[in-house]
Amino acid sequence: MDRSSHPRSRRFAPVVAVAAAAALTLAGCSSSSGGKKSEEGAADASAGKATTPRMTVALVTHQAPGDTFWDTVRKGAEAAAAKDNIKLVYSADPNAGNQANLVQNAIDQKVDGIAVTLAKPDALKGVIGKAEKSGIPVVGLNSGLSDWKNLNLLEFFGQDESVAGEAFGKKLNEVGAKHALCVVQEQGNVGLTQRCDGVEKTFDGKLDTQNVNGTDMPSVKSTITAKLKQDPSIDYVVALGAPFALTAVQSIGDAGSKAKVATFDLNKDLIKAVKSGDIQFAVDQQPYLQGYLAVDGLWLYKNNGNYSGGGEQPVLTGPAFVDKSNVDKVGEFAAKGTR
Amino acid sequence: MSMTQHAEPAVDTPPAPGRKQSDGRTRQRPLALRLLARPEVGVFLGAVAVLVFFLFAAPPVRDGSSMANILYQSSTIGIMALPVALLMIGGEFDLSAGVAVITSALTASMLSYQLTMNVWVGVIVALLVSLAIGAFNGWLLVKTGLPSFLVTLGTFLILQGVNLAITKLVTGNVATDDISDMDGFTQAQKIFASTFTVGGVNVKITVVWWLVFAALATWVLLRTKYGNWIFAVGGNKDSARAVGVPVTFTKISLFMLVGFGAWFVGMHQLFSFNTVQSGEGVGQELIYIAAAVIGGCLLTGGYGSAIGPVFGAFMFGMVQQGIVYAGWNPDWFKAFLGVMLLGAVLINLWVQRTATRR
Repeated sequence: MDRSSHPRSRRFAPVVAVAAAAALTLAGCSSSSGGKKSEEGAADASAGKATTPRMTVALVTHQAPGDTFWDTVRKGAEAAAAKDNIKLVYSADPNAGNQANLVQNAIDQKVDGIAVTLAKPDALKGVIGKAEKSGIPVVGLNSGLSDWKNLNLLEFFGQDESVAGEAFGKKLNEVGAKHALCVVQEQGNVGLTQRCDGVEKTFDGKLDTQNVNGTDMPSVKSTITAKLKQDPSIDYVVALGAPFALTAVQSIGDAGSKAKVATFDLNKDLIKAVKSGDIQFAVDQQPYLQGYLAVDGLWLYKNNGNYSGGGEQPVLTGPAFVDKSNVDKVGEFAAKGTR
Repeated sequence: MSMTQHAEPAVDTPPAPGRKQSDGRTRQRPLALRLLARPEVGVFLGAVAVLVFFLFAAPPVRDGSSMANILYQSSTIGIMALPVALLMIGGEFDLSAGVAVITSALTASMLSYQLTMNVWVGVIVALLVSLAIGAFNGWLLVKTGLPSFLVTLGTFLILQGVNLAITKLVTGNVATDDISDMDGFTQAQKIFASTFTVGGVNVKITVVWWLVFAALATWVLLRTKYGNWIFAVGGNKDSARAVGVPVTFTKISLFMLVGFGAWFVGMHQLFSFNTVQSGEGVGQELIYIAAAVIGGCLLTGGYGSAIGPVFGAFMFGMVQQGIVYAGWNPDWFKAFLGVMLLGAVLINLWVQRTATRR
């Protein structure tokens, strides 16, 4: 991108910020609590580096921009790449057609391996066939548990959204929920729909769905509030992402509802909420592990001819539940944004 | 939509001052019709219609706390719809308004957190950044003469990318860190995101700010020289310049007002949710524009009011939450929203037509 086209504000922002910060520091404006200073500089896990020949791996996902879950997948992939002397090329597009183009792009670059998510397997069928023809090994991750074998992928790492949903539904039965509300932050998103459907499959109580506008938090908050007012019998809110779970906690307060909150996926603020009891539990399909194992699996195949999962079975990464009993352990890692 | 302001025919002999009776070219029209011809009356009737409809269709709406919730939703749209409406009256519009809100919130949050500063430092720097973005939009528009659609589409994409990339670069994540335990947070929260109780109902402070800003904007538009300038540059830029209206200043300052609005709503989001997701805000710009248009502002500029968008935003919030309160099938949520809004605009249009028919 042409740097000169950046808005003036961006060029000046750091200058203004530094100047203001400097001036205000002198005036004693620094915060005595919280902030960067209180964050412990925990180093990332590092385990030296492989001496195998340099290779290039493309990771192509259906991430929507700014999604915390996929950010963690990418971190895992980057950690494995750094360790295995791999150059990782990451690209993502929620639109299946565009995702297929990105896979084609990776083939054109003659990468040594491709890791791909199969949110819409049919759209990717053709291009994955092309990759296999050109002798590039392809592994699947995250979504596509039921399709990876048909598409002749080498290996699969992850756990289908529907499986996570089913585990979630069982857990809801355990905690005695009667009427749950599935909050969908992006209507028409395949993965989110699978989660809700999975919950519905195993949950004995009644499950309602509520679509919210995920790009506008105040709107998410008031919509959940409205729904809880409309149907006071809802006793569990099922959020499909950590930020939305935290917002749902506020909505429950606003609506004066007795409902509890549980969620898919983690982030560090969510860990705090589990500790404090605001959120009952989270189901984690370990996105870091999915990214890490996919890249590492390609490396093992290339350098040692190994098939992770024996070429027959998927390698499952979840569902791992996080609740009060194990939250402290998980919290250490979530604070770094890797769980 | 028919214009109510018509070009004056060239007058050779100005009517003698003080002459009370009409010269036959204009007819004194009934008060009701003249009222109906005001830009905000159509939307007012539309808003009342929607409100009455949901009072019948959705029992929970009759509750005070539900109304407070609807007003909260409306206020977060409405605070931005006001400057956007003024900008549209001034003949321009801003596609970057949605992501600019998040840019502001991210700036304040990351600056405070990374430098471990009192959060007010972040808040003030964010204001400067937001105003600078507005000024940049206006400056580029005036300098290049490009349509505002293109200029702000560019800014929209840049900001969207910058939001994601800078957040990732600075925090290593796609969301900012929690700043709720830092100095100044509780103070700022009182101003931007607190709740107070009226008659047992919890009302969000943004509702008050929204109405205060609406009153201010109305006063500026109808009672100040600057308000006249806004109408003038929106009506006809060249004529306005010819009669001495500072066109460049007016346009740039209008974009900066949108920046101010983005900052305010951004601060509300930050102090209300403690962290900010970098991917948010996309698509909101259209909602702000929609609220302004429903509120009677023309896409072509030169016509509109500040009170119209208040009802426009209210209508939006009412429909959005009313659908939920009514317990309708959520799959159709977006479609309901579209149909209701179209209906509202049509009512608005019909009222205008009826009122201005000769």
